[in-house]
Amino acid sequence: MTSAPPPLSDAAAFTLRRRPASEKLLDQGFHYLTLALASFVGILLLAIVLTVFQGSREAIHTFGARFITTSSWDPVNNQYGAFVAIYGTLVTSFLSLVIAVPLGVGTAIFITEDLIPAQLRNAIGLMVELLAAIPSVVLGLWAIFVMEPAIRPALNLLHTFLGWSPFFAGQAQGPGMAPAILILVVMILPIITAISRDALNQVPVELRQGAYGVGTTRWGALLNIILPAAISAITGGIMLALGRAMGETMAVTMIIGNSLNFDLSLLAPGNTIASMLANQFGEADGIQVSALMFAALILMVLTLVVNVIAQWIVRRLSLKY
Amino acid sequence: MSYSPITYDNSPLFERRPLTYSPNLARNRFNQALTGLAGVFAAIAVLPLFLVLIYVLIQGGKLLSLRLFLDLPPAPGLEGGGIGNAILGTIVVTLVASLISIPIGVGGGIFLSEYSRNGWFAQAVRFANDVLSGVPSIISGVFVYGIIVATRIIAGQSYSAMAGGIALSVLMLPTVIKTTDEGLKLVPQELRWGAYGVGASKVVTILKITLPAAFTPIATGVVLAVARAAGETAPLIFTALFSPFWPEGVFNPIASMSVLIFNFAIMPYEAQNELAWAASFVLVIMILAANLLARWISRMARP
Repeated sequence: MTSAPPPLSDAAAFTLRRRPASEKLLDQGFHYLTLALASFVGILLLAIVLTVFQGSREAIHTFGARFITTSSWDPVNNQYGAFVAIYGTLVTSFLSLVIAVPLGVGTAIFITEDLIPAQLRNAIGLMVELLAAIPSVVLGLWAIFVMEPAIRPALNLLHTFLGWSPFFAGQAQGPGMAPAILILVVMILPIITAISRDALNQVPVELRQGAYGVGTTRWGALLNIILPAAISAITGGIMLALGRAMGETMAVTMIIGNSLNFDLSLLAPGNTIASMLANQFGEADGIQVSALMFAALILMVLTLVVNVIAQWIVRRLSLKY
Repeated sequence: MSYSPITYDNSPLFERRPLTYSPNLARNRFNQALTGLAGVFAAIAVLPLFLVLIYVLIQGGKLLSLRLFLDLPPAPGLEGGGIGNAILGTIVVTLVASLISIPIGVGGGIFLSEYSRNGWFAQAVRFANDVLSGVPSIISGVFVYGIIVATRIIAGQSYSAMAGGIALSVLMLPTVIKTTDEGLKLVPQELRWGAYGVGASKVVTILKITLPAAFTPIATGVVLAVARAAGETAPLIFTALFSPFWPEGVFNPIASMSVLIFNFAIMPYEAQNELAWAASFVLVIMILAANLLARWISRMARP
């Protein structure tokens, strides 16, 4: 209000007050303060990328693309290749996804359909959400002392029947890729279930009514109408889970065995980028720090790409009904 | 004009079947099989929670005593001891992280919702925030190591509780911003108009009207973020490190329950393994309590 106030009749029972300069200053100041705080997110993201890139420059110069394709990790001779860790990251995350997606989507269907009483459905939903709250390191502890010894006979049964294939060669003797994959399943299951449940709940009820109206069964409607309608949001959730699985550190570190040698077998110990970082970063110096930063950069690029695709799917392909 | 006679065809348009449910039809069998499969999947999905909780409660509960909360952990190979320093350390590090991330996050959320709801800049910040929430926790540890620990920028110290808290705050920030943004969006526009109508300035409206109205969703999100941060390990391993002693201020390495669990779980000593279970017990109880608290807060607000 910069122009002069219009004349007021005496009947107006209030006095018109000009906003004092201090109040305007406060208003403006608060606006810019929140603007700065919001910008901080972008600056932080940029700072993370730059710091990791800066730290890995020495290793990028020294090793180049060889870093990705070779598998010798030799601190004595300063030769570093992260193939084992990159392979382990990709294999554990993809295989855990293969197991967790049917389980998660199936659970989501079970708790969005009216198959069981609502209280029971909500209880299952709550339990899956609480599973997501259990810290990774506690799951790792449980995996070391409870899960791995319990599933070892089953893994060895796999070896007995499928031992001819290189993927199940050698007896399971403790920590390895297979238990790591299973603990990853436990960790990403809640994400997939929660997002699939929300996606299924958002499908308009008219679609379901229409499907039932033309005489389909429950699963006819689910498979042909409801799942296709919700598939984009579910896919977004699966991509988010993939990103989480790639970057998951503690539980995997504690159960994967942290082997530096390449082994195709899922029953043998392996390694991931995240677990390599957790194990070696504290004690590394010289070019090893740079090599680890290079591995971190690769992990970050992988998860960033996966997450950006996930965001894009969720934003662009969200429900059109 | 000739009319074509309308003939009534008595043959049924559809094949007539009795309108009863026959469980033996192929499609009904298929239906039942898939329903059963979904039920089995749901049972498998809940199973790990029960198994983990049972083992943590049994194994960790064995060691529950006052000494657990008051004593220091024993040297490798020795018996007894407690996790007092780790409990205190987790509280200190989480507090540092909260003091950093809550003001920044709430402020950033206010900007997104109140000042630039659909502007290009707000959309860009939201996108960056979503990407940041997907950054693996270990990367935030590497980042803080590179920018704070290696450069000794804080009080000339390398590893410190401060560095650990900053690493955790990087993980908390996206959650706090998102819940503030979404919470403020739920506040009815009429409340803001009412405040402007009686002559309140924008800052007064936000601080006295909008923010209190959105307290419940924001508090829920913040409690969940704090609970998640308290259980994080990866960002602390090479920022806060670990310490077998009582906390010595925020500029020195500090113990935390999560790092204690990691260190002691892979030690070949029985006493240490048992302390790892006991720390898991305390941590899980704290985190589940926080989660139920958050749920309770959000239920209280619903009329």
